[in-house]
Amino acid sequence: MTRRYHFGAVLSAIVLLCCGALILGQKVNAAGEGSITGTVKLDGPAPHMRGIDMSKDPYCVKQHASNPAHLETWVVGSGGGVADTVLYLDGWSGAAQTETSVPVFDQKDCMYTPHVLALDTNQEFKVVTSDQTAHNIHPLPNPMINVGWNQSQPPGAPPVTKAWKNPEVIPVQCNIHPWMHGWFVVVKGPYAVSDDSGHYTINNVPPGSYTVKAWHEPDEAQTQKVTVAAGGSATADFTLKAK
Amino acid sequence: MRTGLRKWSLLLGAAAFFALPLTSWAQLSTADIASRDNMEAHIGNLTGHVNARSTYDYKRYCVSCHGDLGDGNGEVAQWLDPPMWPKPRDFQMGVFKCRSTLTGSLPTDEDLFDTIARGLDRSAMPQWSQFTKQQRADLVAYVKHFSPRFVTEKPGTPITIPPEPEVTPERIKAGREVFARVQCWKCHGVQGMANGPSASTLTDDLGRPIAPFNFTEGSRPKCGDTDRDIYKIFMTGLDGTPMPSFADNIKPDEAWDLVFYLRTFMQGASKAKELAKTMDLKPVNPNP
Ligand code: HEC
Ligand code: HEC
Repeated sequence: MTRRYHFGAVLSAIVLLCCGALILGQKVNAAGEGSITGTVKLDGPAPHMRGIDMSKDPYCVKQHASNPAHLETWVVGSGGGVADTVLYLDGWSGAAQTETSVPVFDQKDCMYTPHVLALDTNQEFKVVTSDQTAHNIHPLPNPMINVGWNQSQPPGAPPVTKAWKNPEVIPVQCNIHPWMHGWFVVVKGPYAVSDDSGHYTINNVPPGSYTVKAWHEPDEAQTQKVTVAAGGSATADFTLKAK
Repeated sequence: MRTGLRKWSLLLGAAAFFALPLTSWAQLSTADIASRDNMEAHIGNLTGHVNARSTYDYKRYCVSCHGDLGDGNGEVAQWLDPPMWPKPRDFQMGVFKCRSTLTGSLPTDEDLFDTIARGLDRSAMPQWSQFTKQQRADLVAYVKHFSPRFVTEKPGTPITIPPEPEVTPERIKAGREVFARVQCWKCHGVQGMANGPSASTLTDDLGRPIAPFNFTEGSRPKCGDTDRDIYKIFMTGLDGTPMPSFADNIKPDEAWDLVFYLRTFMQGASKAKELAKTMDLKPVNPNP
């Protein structure tokens, strides 16, 4: 009871603060919003990532002459930190984020950069190509959830700008270079992707209690409960297991 | 045929190796599908409905392949093995190969109307030219009512196809340049024989092996065989397959050049093929 009262008070304080911020024309996150931060690690040794045979396309082979290409399923740093894990707030019911950034998904050296692109629903992103060989960019959503498409991107192709309507983990592939696999991870609300040392920070989190979900390909998902105080920072570390 | 078989077994192996983890698509209930039985189709001044007639026609002519729920699981489906025999389409997904509309958008009612009459070459899907236009319009409504997409989305706008210019040797040569630049040959091969470097590992959206179109062996494109159909095919792509859309990368005038160049591979008589005989057309160089 008192808890709820407390929560109500905090909530109205936030609403007031936000309104104030809006009226003053300031960035909303300057007000009471906090963050969630942590590290994603791997339990056990890093799995061996097989080298990729790109002999189908001499251009791709040439791009990797001095830096052999490997599968990117598990990118594990020296300290055991796991990259490319998407961290987001499970069951987020807050307002839609006003995403200003338009993330870029690049086809570079016959690989996807980044390998995992996290997106908010309806957030625009750009698919570009840096390569001098033709690709086709072919996401494979479940047609019951999102609408797929398949566009060619020959050398010098203009960017393709798209967005996804609904939350879903969407594999993306190039049919011309079948080793090219990546992921669009579409979530609702604030998110972060772990960097090469496994660190992440989810910004713009309004105070409250949340379930942080960590997704890692192909289908690993763990959750942890955290509470974010106004303007504060909560911590959630994850330890994943490679199957 | 023999080498074909070997290619397929290689391809199957590759497909299994590279296959993405597949999500199983949701299966809709009879009640969900029935909730859309007010679906209509509009083709010119014809209006198609889900009615006794189309229900009868679907059950009589289509159900054996496409299934009661339109999910492609009719009793014949088990006997069809891709890539030689693509599986019957799951209409619940609302994903169609033959569209005059951009990739990722729904086909128009006319597109479906034409497809049903034409059938799909290199598949078990027969021609249904014996039906009256009204019967076909009703079947279009019937096919649409399986997918919620036709309620939540409007069909795309058909692409604009400028009038076909006169074929000239210059245009054929220009078409060859387009074929080289956008690299159709990666899948279709430099001579259009479906043997490009990426041909052997292609899979459709459900992870099933699929072959690129072989321009030289005399079969018809699934989505129509007129010059306009071919223009439309590579500009919009065949959704659900590796065949991408090139609308962002080929200008309308260049697209006609490419159609003429593709004609020089194809068996049917055409002015482009006649002209090509007088030209010294070499296959494009894959590694310039
Ligand atoms: C003998 C099996 C068979 C029968 C009978 C059959 N179909 Fe098909 N149909 C198929 C197959 C196989 C495909 C997929 C072919 C492909 O993907 O290349 C297909 C695909 C389709 C498509 C998708 C076209 C596109 O653009 O992607 C439509 C529409 C269709 N069928 C309608 C019908 C209708 C209407 C009937 C009944 C009048 C019918 N089919 C009867 C086998 C059949
Ligand atoms: C990533 C591989 C790939 C590339 C690149 C590609 N195609 Fe295709 N194409 C395919 C596949 C696979 C099919 C067969 C689809 C099917 O049978 O459903 C196909 C089918 C076709 C067809 C026949 C469609 C029909 O209705 O049966 C035409 C025409 C065609 N492609 C033209 C082109 C042209 C022109 C280009 C370049 C501008 C091109 N393709 C680039 C893979 C590709």
